[in-house]
Amino acid sequence: MLSEAAIKELEELRQKYPNARAALLPAIYIAQREFGWASPDAYEAVSEALGVPKAIARGVGTFYAMYKHKPMGRNIVQLCTNVSCMILGAEKLVDFLKNKYGLEPGGITPDGRFSMVIMECIGACGTAPAMLVNDDFYENLTEKSLEEILGKYK
Amino acid sequence: MEKVLLKNIENPNSADVNEYKKAGGYSSLSKALGLERKAIIEEVKKAGLRGRGGAGFPVAMKWTFASADPKFPKYLLCNADEGEPGTFKDRPILEKNPHLLIEGMAISGHALGAEFGYIYLRGEYPEAKNILNRAIKQAYDSGLLGDNILGKGIKFHLAVHQGAGAYICGEETALIESLEGDKGQPRIKPPFPVNVGVFAKPTVVNNVETLSNLPHIIEIGGDAYSKIGSPECPGPKLYCVSGHIEKPGVYELPMGTTLREIIYTHCGGIKGGKKLKAVIPGGATTPILPPDKIDCPMDFVNMPKHGSMLGSGAVIVMDESVCLVKVCYRILKFLEHESCGKCTPCREGTGWLRNILERLESGKGADGDIDLMLSVSGNMMGKTFCPLGDGAASVVQNFLKHFRPEFEEHIKDGKCKFK
Ligand SMILES: Cc1cc2nc3c(=O)[nH]c(=O)nc-3n(C[C@H](O)[C@H](O)[C@H](O)COP(=O)(O)O)c2cc1C
Ligand code: SF4
Ligand code: FES
Repeated sequence: MLSEAAIKELEELRQKYPNARAALLPAIYIAQREFGWASPDAYEAVSEALGVPKAIARGVGTFYAMYKHKPMGRNIVQLCTNVSCMILGAEKLVDFLKNKYGLEPGGITPDGRFSMVIMECIGACGTAPAMLVNDDFYENLTEKSLEEILGKYK
Repeated sequence: MEKVLLKNIENPNSADVNEYKKAGGYSSLSKALGLERKAIIEEVKKAGLRGRGGAGFPVAMKWTFASADPKFPKYLLCNADEGEPGTFKDRPILEKNPHLLIEGMAISGHALGAEFGYIYLRGEYPEAKNILNRAIKQAYDSGLLGDNILGKGIKFHLAVHQGAGAYICGEETALIESLEGDKGQPRIKPPFPVNVGVFAKPTVVNNVETLSNLPHIIEIGGDAYSKIGSPECPGPKLYCVSGHIEKPGVYELPMGTTLREIIYTHCGGIKGGKKLKAVIPGGATTPILPPDKIDCPMDFVNMPKHGSMLGSGAVIVMDESVCLVKVCYRILKFLEHESCGKCTPCREGTGWLRNILERLESGKGADGDIDLMLSVSGNMMGKTFCPLGDGAASVVQNFLKHFRPEFEEHIKDGKCKFK
């Protein structure tokens, strides 16, 4: 079940579009936030709220990389390794995350503090290497700055 | 050159409607609302404005098709999916100059007779989403959007639609599918979006930077605008420069500035004074160029004559420390991941190419591998449903065209010497 606040948010969103189906992508975002990940229950809730069949909601949702189809850590480290970041050392940062935190691409730390996702260019190539932690951009990363930044996320 | 697109972005409050107005903002909208629709399209035609999203399609032509269609309502979609690796040019407009885009969209909406607009924003720009939503609310509160813009009886509504991490949704028909709540898989054309687009209505899709040129065109007129930059392809252009470069960043320069000038005059040359090895001039899927091919004017008309494409204006600079087999592998890995799976040559071909490149890079390349890559890419080229598949084939073909010996060396040595 979605919270009352989420249902209200969804109703407002729905008004932006000529039909309910078009609100599907934003609705999955809301459900993902409510349930912690795009779980079967999250799709059930989306399907109910919009009147879109569950198979369709899930079929569409699984096409997109930003819906997470397994439980995630409390913080998501989203590190770009595309060309501009790669040639400026992003892979060293991948190794560093593995060695220092036991964090592998697609993986999660045992304490649930971090999940890690490899990103395909996040539009910060001029300040590479770059990452998003949850919704925050971090740029010009080094091993040292990466460690300091992650220290802020509990 | 006077800044048009990045004007005032040093002002920390540049995203605020009042600051934007103080610098003359929204006066073009007011002027445009007093003009006939056809007259605006005529100015855009005189301006010679071409789309900045990658293909360089003449804007006035697209608009004329959409205007001529008798179906209503019409839709204006702003492509803010900015996913081509190396590209970060739309971000400063979205985050620092959102009202320029909103004003441009309101003007365009009026010109097209479109009453609804959406900004399709990539999911990876959460900050831009908040800034845009705030700016749109301000614009509604100031009567710059809504049912009766500036009391002139003209209607234009605007909302942000957030994508969810799929590069292919930058392709305009995939974008439309995604906005309708579907998987982002391209549609067959015709019918073209100008006739049957989102919600089956006439639809114009334009890039962020394209639409942000409108206020200036209205302000100075199409003739004056057409004198900026390349005569064949005028206007200011945002070039975003990354990689091994002294001063990376987004540069607003006249269209047609040469690649050499961008790198050496504006960006301070190669980082640490090292030697240039190669440049990808227009985003990861545009043809790579060796150092002796950088005297090319960076515009949509001239770049193809010099063996590459302007694409999104994303210049990726690589010094001699870079392994190009690895770069090629990384781009194909990206394209394999982003292939939407709709057509076989791309879905299968990207995987094959990535696989071969991966084995070359790990020292396990076999003798016929280069010919195999040429054969696979030859079987993709021109046979895929949308340009992503062609792009993948072209990446491999152009890396081999200019840097084949490096690929051969990987096979012969059984290792990558850059490791
Ligand atoms: C695979 C692919 C990805 C694309 N990505 C983008 C993008 O991120 N942003 C964009 O504006 N155009 C992108 N385009 C181009 C659009 O299809 C379309 O041409 C453009 O939005 C039209 O706007 P314009 O005429 O103003 O350039 C992409 C095209 C393809 C084939
Ligand atoms: S070329 Fe690739 S991305 Fe384009 S439709 Fe075919 S499979 Fe999808
Ligand atoms: S390549 Fe990493 S942000 Fe663009």
